Amino acid sequence: MSDTADRVSKIVVEHLGVEADKVTQEASFIDDLGADSLDIVELVMAFEEEFGVEIPDDAAEKITTVGDATKYIEEHKG
Amino acid sequence: MRRVVVTGLGLVTPLGADVETTWANILASKSGAGLITRFDASDQKCKIACEVKPADHEYGFDPDKRVDHKVQRQVDPFIIYGIDAAGQALEDAGLEDMSDELKLRAGCSIGSGIGGLPGIESESIVLHERGPGRVSPHFVHGRLINLISGQVSIKYGLMGPNHAVVTACSTGAHSIGDAARMIRDDDADIMLAGGAEGTICPLGVAGFAQARALNMSYNDRPEQASRPYDKDRDGFVMGEGAGVVVLEEYEHAKARGAKIYAEVVGYGLSGDAYHVTAPHPEGFGAYRAMEMALKKAGMTPSDIDYINAHGTSTMADTIELGSVKRLFGDAIGNVSMSSTKSAIGHLLGGAGAVESIFCILALRDQIVPPTLNLDNPDDGTEGVDLVPHVAKKREVRAVLNNSFGFGGTNASLVMKKAD
Repeated sequence: MSDTADRVSKIVVEHLGVEADKVTQEASFIDDLGADSLDIVELVMAFEEEFGVEIPDDAAEKITTVGDATKYIEEHKG
Repeated sequence: MRRVVVTGLGLVTPLGADVETTWANILASKSGAGLITRFDASDQKCKIACEVKPADHEYGFDPDKRVDHKVQRQVDPFIIYGIDAAGQALEDAGLEDMSDELKLRAGCSIGSGIGGLPGIESESIVLHERGPGRVSPHFVHGRLINLISGQVSIKYGLMGPNHAVVTACSTGAHSIGDAARMIRDDDADIMLAGGAEGTICPLGVAGFAQARALNMSYNDRPEQASRPYDKDRDGFVMGEGAGVVVLEEYEHAKARGAKIYAEVVGYGLSGDAYHVTAPHPEGFGAYRAMEMALKKAGMTPSDIDYINAHGTSTMADTIELGSVKRLFGDAIGNVSMSSTKSAIGHLLGGAGAVESIFCILALRDQIVPPTLNLDNPDDGTEGVDLVPHVAKKREVRAVLNNSFGFGGTNASLVMKKAD
């Protein structure tokens, strides 16, 4: 697992209170990890904080899986 | 008329994370006070409080027991305490798994005096230092007072009335009284009722200290600071925690063979119409709340054996006592009256509910809890059994609980053993 994917997973585990082995790159925040729309807002804020990237609302709306988040961050981090 | 009984109890206090531990510590004359550990209070005028103890403490509170990890991260302490106490009460009543039909007839009335002050304080700093885009999306619903009732209803599927009283330090008593009326009026068969508070944060302590309501001269002797009726009292000690009871319609409770602790028979409410923080100097509002509660109960003062006083360890103690003396007349000689705030501090919006539970336990165990630190009773206390220092075994047929709040709001509850 890449360093980014690893750090993303850690944030998801911490924020959603889910078991680490459930947080695969394919996992959907809402369907698989029990998140609601506000949890995703909070997760996006945490990703921005951790990686120093800005994730605009229209991009955030397209992030539905852990892998989507990892990919976006890898493409946009400085 | 539909009767209302208590069939479950739940407590989170500075002296225990459950009912029996708290009660045992209260009866053993223990104090929950200490130096504030929650934050650096070195620059505060008041540096002490009665904190709910951490999980690794002898009688500490473990939020993981009943509150989802995700919820814990999103909400203020008062909500966490409230959810846990509500869960305890439901478990005690044997109602964790209700039928869907019963859930429609089960509601919540769990309030708070102030609500999510620590979170308001910390997010204000985030807003100021880092801008609106960093404010938590859970900020609002993690601080709102009615979100104990909201969270509890979601967790247990309770679809009856969902209510939350906000009457400062009368909240807990009003919550129980209002919920009892909802059952009496056939809005519900079961109500979780109570109050919670968690405002031991820099803004909360500073605010009450600036209002000259908190003690300030006992920073070196925290356990002696809460001393209701004592000549040397100089302000309340802030407490935190929650108390929740299960109220149930009497026939419903009987039909399912529930354990019945007590019956809620009287509820009185009044307003002082006098001052924002000071009580009416003659205790007129307190008098009328007690009088109304007794009248609703169809009782006279001689029927009451124990009063859990509001008794905050402020100048107002003797005003309350004066109004009790006037109302009780000769019957004052029989009654025992104590303030358990001497042990757990002032739980503000939680106080009336936690203290009602102590009243219920006094009925159950036929013992009245003590007023700690009552070394030199103030003028005007003569002829009243304030249960100094140690608990006292005695007959307890019926109890009166008083709660008074900023804004001049008063509530009294009368409970007795159910037939």
